[in-house]
Amino acid sequence: MVQKLDTLVETASQTAGPYVHIGCMPTYAGNAGAYDVETGAEGPALEGAKGEVIEITGEVLDGMGWALRDVMLECWQADAAGIYPHEEGADPKVTGFARIGADFDTGKFTLRTIKPGAVAARGGGKQAPHISLWLTARGINIGLQTRVYFEDEDNAEDPLLNRIEQAPRRQTLIAKKTGDGTYTFNIVLQGEGETVFLDL
Amino acid sequence: MTDLGPLIPRNRDAHPPAYDTGYKTSVSRSPSWPLLSMESTPSEETGPRFGHSQLGEYDNNLIVNWTRGKELAVGERILVHGRVLDEMGRPVPHTLVEIWQANAGGRYRHKKDVYFAPLDPNFGGCGRTITDENGYYEFLTVRPGAYPWMNRGNDWRPMHIHFSIFGHSFGQRLITQMYFEGDPLIKHCPIIATIKDPKQIEGLVAALDFSHSRPMDFLAYKFDIVLRGRRQTRFENKLEGM
Ligand SMILES: [Fe+2]
Repeated sequence: MVQKLDTLVETASQTAGPYVHIGCMPTYAGNAGAYDVETGAEGPALEGAKGEVIEITGEVLDGMGWALRDVMLECWQADAAGIYPHEEGADPKVTGFARIGADFDTGKFTLRTIKPGAVAARGGGKQAPHISLWLTARGINIGLQTRVYFEDEDNAEDPLLNRIEQAPRRQTLIAKKTGDGTYTFNIVLQGEGETVFLDL
Repeated sequence: MTDLGPLIPRNRDAHPPAYDTGYKTSVSRSPSWPLLSMESTPSEETGPRFGHSQLGEYDNNLIVNWTRGKELAVGERILVHGRVLDEMGRPVPHTLVEIWQANAGGRYRHKKDVYFAPLDPNFGGCGRTITDENGYYEFLTVRPGAYPWMNRGNDWRPMHIHFSIFGHSFGQRLITQMYFEGDPLIKHCPIIATIKDPKQIEGLVAALDFSHSRPMDFLAYKFDIVLRGRRQTRFENKLEGM
C-alpha cells in the first residue's frame, strides 16, 4: 500500500447530444426568449473593437465528408494587440468568446470577429495569431479542441504548429484567404485531411 | 497576468474515447489521429468570464423560468445542487454552469425532437447559474423522463440532465451529463458505457440527498463536478533544461 493522493479526478465528459442548443443557444433550438441575454451570442468582438474585421466560414465534416448540421463551436481569442480579455490593457470591446451553431440545413458556420494579434507563449516568445476553437455535437464524446491560424500571417515560429511532426498536417490549422478579410476554414473530424486536434 | 501555472494535462483515461462502436454516431465523428499534446499556453489558461448582469431572475429555476414565474412545469420537483471543484480540490467560484434537459415525459423542447411525449407548455428545459465564492450552485427543476433514441434496436436514455461548465480557463471547458441514483437504465446505456472506468461512471450519478430536500416541496440530488486544475510547484520558473 502507498499513501493516498488528495487530488481529485476530473469529471468524465459525456456527449453534448443533439439538443445542446437548448441549453447553450436557445434561439437556435427554436426557443428564442428563454434568456434575455444568451451566452456568447454577441460575438467575440463588439462594435468599436480595434483591429481588422474578418469573417471565417467553413464546415465541420465527418469521416464521410458529410457536413455536421448539429455541431456547436465555441471560440476564444485575444484582441488585436494579442491581449486576452480581462488582462491589463485588453480592448474592452473584445469579449473574446462566441458560440456558433452550424446551419441546420447546410452545415455551414460563420464567425465574424476581429483578427487577433500574436499572443505570448508560455516561457517567453510569441505564438502566431490564432483563434482557439472547441467543438461539440452528438457523437463527440469529449469536446474537440483545435485552432485557426491565418495563411497571411507569419506562422513560421509558432511553437504549436512546429510541434506537428508531419508538416503537411500543419495546413489543417491554417485558414485560407478568399478575399478582403474573408477566410475559409473547414474542420475534418476523420479521414483524408483530418484536422489536428489538440490536447493542451 | 499572474501565472497560476500550466493546466494539469488531461488524464484521457478518465474520459470516454472518441471512438466507440456502442455509440454509433461516434464512429464517423471520431478523429483517428492521436491528439497533439503540449503544455498549455495563455490561450488555454485564460477564458471567458460571465457575470450576474447576464443572468435573468428565473434562470436557475426551470420549474418557472419558461413562463417567467407565471405557471409551474409538470413533474416531480427536485433541487439539483453541488460544488464545482478543481483537481486540487479547490472550489471554482464565479463560474457559469448551464443545464438542459427533457421534460417529465422525456421530450425536449427542440425543433429536431419529435418524440410522442407531449411538450409541457410551462417547461422550456434550460437553466443557468453562476457558482458562489465557494463554488456552490443550485437549480430547481423537475425530474426529466427517460426517452428512446435511435442507436441499437431498443436503446433508452436514463433520466439525465446535461451540464456545461466553463471554469476560469478555456482549457477547462467541460460538457457532461448527470444521472440519478438508482435509475435501472444506467447499466443499459451505451452513452454511459463509453466511459470505461466504473469509478468515473459513479462520479456522474447524483446522490439522493435528504439533507437538502424540503419537506412537502422537493427532493434533492447532490452533484459535484471536478474540472482540470493547474500545476503549482516552486520549480515552475526554472530555466529550460536545468
Ligand atoms: Fe439528453
